[in-house]
Amino acid sequence: MKITHHPDEATLMSFAAGSLAEPLAAIVATHMSLCPSCRRDVAMLDMLGSCLVDTLDATPLEKPAPDAGTLRSQTEAAGADTAKSSRDAAAFRDLDDLSGNVPEPLVRLVGPSLDNIAWKRLGYGIWHYPLPLSMSGKGDLRLFKVAPGQVMPEHGHGGAEMTLLLRGSYSDEFGRFGPGDVADLDEDAEHQPIADPEVGCICLIASVERAKFKSLLARIVQPFTGL
Amino acid sequence: MANLIQRVALRGDAEAFAELFRTYAPRLKSYMMRQGADPMTAEELAQETLMTVWRKAGLYSDERGSATTWIYTIARNLRIDRVRREVPWQALPEGHHETASDDVAPDEALSLVERKSRVQAALQELPPDQYEVVSLAYIEGLSHNEIAERLGLPLGTVKSRMRLAYQKLRSAVEDLNEQ
Ligand SMILES: [Zn+2]
Repeated sequence: MKITHHPDEATLMSFAAGSLAEPLAAIVATHMSLCPSCRRDVAMLDMLGSCLVDTLDATPLEKPAPDAGTLRSQTEAAGADTAKSSRDAAAFRDLDDLSGNVPEPLVRLVGPSLDNIAWKRLGYGIWHYPLPLSMSGKGDLRLFKVAPGQVMPEHGHGGAEMTLLLRGSYSDEFGRFGPGDVADLDEDAEHQPIADPEVGCICLIASVERAKFKSLLARIVQPFTGL
Repeated sequence: MANLIQRVALRGDAEAFAELFRTYAPRLKSYMMRQGADPMTAEELAQETLMTVWRKAGLYSDERGSATTWIYTIARNLRIDRVRREVPWQALPEGHHETASDDVAPDEALSLVERKSRVQAALQELPPDQYEVVSLAYIEGLSHNEIAERLGLPLGTVKSRMRLAYQKLRSAVEDLNEQ
């Protein structure tokens, strides 16, 4: 199993800059947990962030630096942090360990297994499971399950949107997308995805403009529901 | 700087910490203000970034990443959490270097200083139009669309300038990746 489709370079840069919308950042983080080459590139982009901060002028602080007493009391609280960090470390597994399970960054939202998701039927051969964002997170993040061989009508996206394949595959004009692959299409791209004929697919789709995404969903589901 | 963090990590050296604080806190305050925090909040977040460095210094290791990069990622995540009030999905470097040891060649650590100086040089050599979009993303925290609006440019132009900047950085460090 090998990842062949990565996020756009401009997307990775905004991720490291901390200026990527929350649902898109969720896709990048999940992809990175499966992709050593994007981890390495984002480490370089983090380094770029520190170089940029180095160029800023200093703004004098109003309050003094913490005194020795404050530092000591913080040291005592640090034990708990260490324990948490080794848990965070488990976040990075490689693709071979995925074997159909939920990648670590998503576990807190989805649980550990893709087999126990409370899917809601959206139309013929397509199910979804919306994921919560923070109160101020804009956009939409949800899992989709598509039946084997299901053909989607041709459509464009018109707004920042990304798809991460978690299980199975789909194919479209841009190639075949398998587990770990990301489709980070330009706004004007059109495509007609077909789900894997044997196993279908499960994917995570993030969209920044909710209204556009909803109307897209309606168009995709329409031919199957006959609405 | 890596030395200072190591002194903090190994010995809980308050003097080394004070020096780190003097170096970074005022710049981080500027960073937080550029990201839209008011001066008081910006100062609190700068203080909190450094306190996190103090508490977590034991986790930092020279072999795992550049010290200044580590401080940047702490500040960035704090900003996403407290200024944007969103969930930061970005992992702090201490997380992945611990398990993903196979992506980091053993002697890569030795080249970290070299790597940072190359990234810095590549940044300084970026053409002004590329530097501008990169800086708006990192320092002002603007999305691709917001940068396009701010500069009155098509979205595609903003993204292609970012990609060009990215490719220059990557080619500046490429041979270090292959070691
Ligand atoms: Zn990748």
